[in-house]
Amino acid sequence: MSFNNLDQLYRSVIMDHYKKPRNKGSLEGDSVTIDMNNPTCGDRIHLTLKINDGIVEDAKFDGEGCSISMSSASMMTEVIKGKKLNEALELADIFSKMMLGEDYSDKYDLGDVEALQGVSKFPARIKCATLAWKAMEKGVSDQN
Amino acid sequence: MNEIRKLFPVLNQEVNGHPLVYLDSAATSQKPIQVLEAVKNYYELDNSNVHRGVHTLGNRATDSYEGAREKIRKFINATSTEEIIYTRGTTTSLNTVAAAYGRMNVEEGDEIIISYMEHHSNLIPWQQLAKEKGAVLKYFDLEPDGTITLDTIRNTITEKTKIVAITMASNVLGTINPIKEIAEMAHAVGAVIVVDAAQAAPHMPIDVQDLDCDFLGFSGHKMCGPTGIGVLYGKKALLENMEPIEFGGEMIDFVGLYDSTWKELPWKFEGGTPNIAGAIGLGAAIDFLNEIGLEKIAEHEHSLVEYAISEMDKIDGLTIYGPRDPQKRCGLITFNIDGVHPHDLATVLDMNGIAVRAGHHCAQPLMKWLQCTATARASFYMYNTKEDIDRLVEGLRSAKEYFNDVF
Repeated sequence: MSFNNLDQLYRSVIMDHYKKPRNKGSLEGDSVTIDMNNPTCGDRIHLTLKINDGIVEDAKFDGEGCSISMSSASMMTEVIKGKKLNEALELADIFSKMMLGEDYSDKYDLGDVEALQGVSKFPARIKCATLAWKAMEKGVSDQN
Repeated sequence: MNEIRKLFPVLNQEVNGHPLVYLDSAATSQKPIQVLEAVKNYYELDNSNVHRGVHTLGNRATDSYEGAREKIRKFINATSTEEIIYTRGTTTSLNTVAAAYGRMNVEEGDEIIISYMEHHSNLIPWQQLAKEKGAVLKYFDLEPDGTITLDTIRNTITEKTKIVAITMASNVLGTINPIKEIAEMAHAVGAVIVVDAAQAAPHMPIDVQDLDCDFLGFSGHKMCGPTGIGVLYGKKALLENMEPIEFGGEMIDFVGLYDSTWKELPWKFEGGTPNIAGAIGLGAAIDFLNEIGLEKIAEHEHSLVEYAISEMDKIDGLTIYGPRDPQKRCGLITFNIDGVHPHDLATVLDMNGIAVRAGHHCAQPLMKWLQCTATARASFYMYNTKEDIDRLVEGLRSAKEYFNDVF
């Protein structure tokens, strides 16, 4: 059985985030909380954001789901920390374009997030990858 | 059974470079050429509205449409075609009972009983009815192996019980429930029993008179028929006392400015132009199933389940949910592999041409009971073979290896 196609989807950096998620947990104190799930498959995310002076100072997530949804959440929290609200929204838009296989701006250093590019070739899994980003988008939009 | 496989054109293809192994029939079955041709012939030769025209095509369409109803009657051994109502599928059938019978007969403090293994379509209609009426929704407890004992049923049903709604075969656990016994206990307290037969009708003989069930619903698309057509069976005496929930064309007798009367059964529940092609396709599907024989289909699936369980048991870290005895379950296996999320598993299998279902299978309360958020499910039908199971097992082994060892 060949794993070539699968490797496009499951890059080692993705599995690394899945097995050792960054920013796992829940922020205490004054923070924005977003709970979202994917009703078709049962994936669930609990995202907490600490927003001060229009900047995402900290982000943590908790939840249950497949390697794609959880690694995407882990990567998202890393990349939005320290970003202004409008930048975070722009990143959500960039990510959405990446998932659709469209061209996207190279304005930001996406870091590990780039590893999720392969997901766009697996239409059934795009929703897994976007869950955390949708949650972040909602939390940030409500503050904006 | 290898000959049967050739009758399903969709199975003859490669997916992601591998011959397709379709193991998702519990979600929807594939269709044989007989059904595809019946639908095509209707549209090419007889397409016309039913119960209206004086013209020849209208008569031919009506004859085929009503002829299919008679096939369905025989298929489940109902007394009369007045008891066979066409619906969009099991979901509509069950919602119709909740809305048309439930609203009229359930009052504050009454009990509705369902089980933890219900599909959302046999759970939410009752949950919402209970909320609306101030009735009590109770659940039959499950044993660790995912079955319900007769003692549990006896102890849960009380004098206050008005409706018992239960699946005949679970779409997750595979459990086959003792419908006849439950019906007897429900009737002893004056309650009615509503049966979700979506996973049963395609796979085992059903005799509604022998079961003595009051209502029973199933879907055409899971039993080789088209999507968008299903059946609600109801005892005539109950249906006669129920009011329609959809009004419009087709279902009326006389319409005045301020009042109207309804057609007789079954048409009073069939407002609007029905799914004529779907009904005709379902009739063809029933002919097809009868030709092979439901007993033979059930036997074939039992042997596949038995083989699959014995092979899957050899994989370390693989958990199978539901009863262990293949004779006590329908043709599906729900499972998980330690360290591999079911979505990831389904993707790996798909890349190898194997179609399985991953997720909560429209049974979130049951997932909670199983203490997992998602599971994978392989489901079988008459066209599946031992080779399909070998391919599945090989796929499971490589998925496990990929996720546990490669990373």
